[in-house]
Amino acid sequence: MLKINGTDSDSAGKTVEQYIAETNYNLSRIAVEINGEILPKSLYGSTVLHDGDTVEIVGFVGGG
Amino acid sequence: MNDDKLILGGKAFSSRFILGSGKYSLSLIEAAVRDAGAEIITLAVRRANTKEHENILDYIPENITLLPNTSGARTAEEAVRIARLARELGCGDFVKVEIMRDSKYLLPDNNETVKATEILAKEGFVVLPYMYPDLYAARDLVNAGAAAVMPLASPIGSNKGLATKEFIQILIDEIDLPVIVDAGIGRPSQACEAMEMGAAAIMANTALATAGDLPLMAAAFKAAIEAGRKAYLAKPGRVLTRGASASDPLTGFLHN
Repeated sequence: MLKINGTDSDSAGKTVEQYIAETNYNLSRIAVEINGEILPKSLYGSTVLHDGDTVEIVGFVGGG
Repeated sequence: MNDDKLILGGKAFSSRFILGSGKYSLSLIEAAVRDAGAEIITLAVRRANTKEHENILDYIPENITLLPNTSGARTAEEAVRIARLARELGCGDFVKVEIMRDSKYLLPDNNETVKATEILAKEGFVVLPYMYPDLYAARDLVNAGAAAVMPLASPIGSNKGLATKEFIQILIDEIDLPVIVDAGIGRPSQACEAMEMGAAAIMANTALATAGDLPLMAAAFKAAIEAGRKAYLAKPGRVLTRGASASDPLTGFLHN
C-alpha cells in the first residue's frame, strides 16, 4: 500500500502517468510530490509508484 | 498618473488592488477581476480535485498575474514546500508567504516568514510576505530579498479595518519596498485611508466575499484605492492643531 493525498492506495507498480489518467486528474492543473520531492512532469511516464510511497497531488483553489 | 506603476519583481502594474479569490463562487471571479480592475489575484494550494470539479484557473482571465499563497504552512519549511509546488503548477514565480501557528487569530509568524523569504528569494521567487507590522521584521524581510512587505491591518477575515495604522505608517516611512496592506480591510474607506498614508497597494478578499453584491463592492474598492493613491500623490493639506482658518476672503464684508 501507499498513501496518495492522505488515502491508502494499492497503485504500486503503476507509473504516475497511468495513475493520473485512471483517476481523471487534469495533467495541466496539478503538481506531484513523491516522498517530499517534487516530480517534474517529464518524469511522470517513467516514475513507478512503490509500496510505502507518500504521494501528494496538488492544485490551485481560491484563497486570499 | 499613467506612469504611476506598482513594481513587483521587475513587473509593472497599473492596478494597486490585489484581489483574493477565496470564499466565493468561481462564477463571480471574472466579474470581480473586471470590476476591481485587478491585475494580480491570490490563490491557495491544496490537494487537487479531479476533472469532475471545476478548476479556478479556467475562470481567471489570461493576462492576470497569479499570486499563490502558502496558507496552511506552520513553519518556514512548510511554506517553502508549498511555494515550490505552486511554482511547479506552472504559473510564475510570485508567492505570498504566509505562515501561521495560531488558528484562532491567524496571526503571521514573522520569524518563520523571514526564514522562508530568504530561502525562496534565493531560489528566484518574487516573495511578498504577509507579516505583522513590526519594523525590525520588515527590515529583516528587506534583507532577506522580499519584493514587498504585506502588513496586516487587522485579523484576517475580520473586516475591522486599520487597527495597526500607526505601525503600518512606520513601515511606509522607513521601508524602501512597496508596503501592501493585507488582511482585515473591510471597507473601501479603509482602503482609501491606507492609500492616502502611502501604502503601495491593498489586498482584499473577505471584504468582497462577504459583501451583498461582490462585483459592485469590487468596483467601490477600485475607486477608493485610486482616490487614495491620487490623494497621496497630491500631498494632503495640513491639519490645524486648534482654531479655524477661513476659506473665504477676510475683506469686503457687508457690514461696517
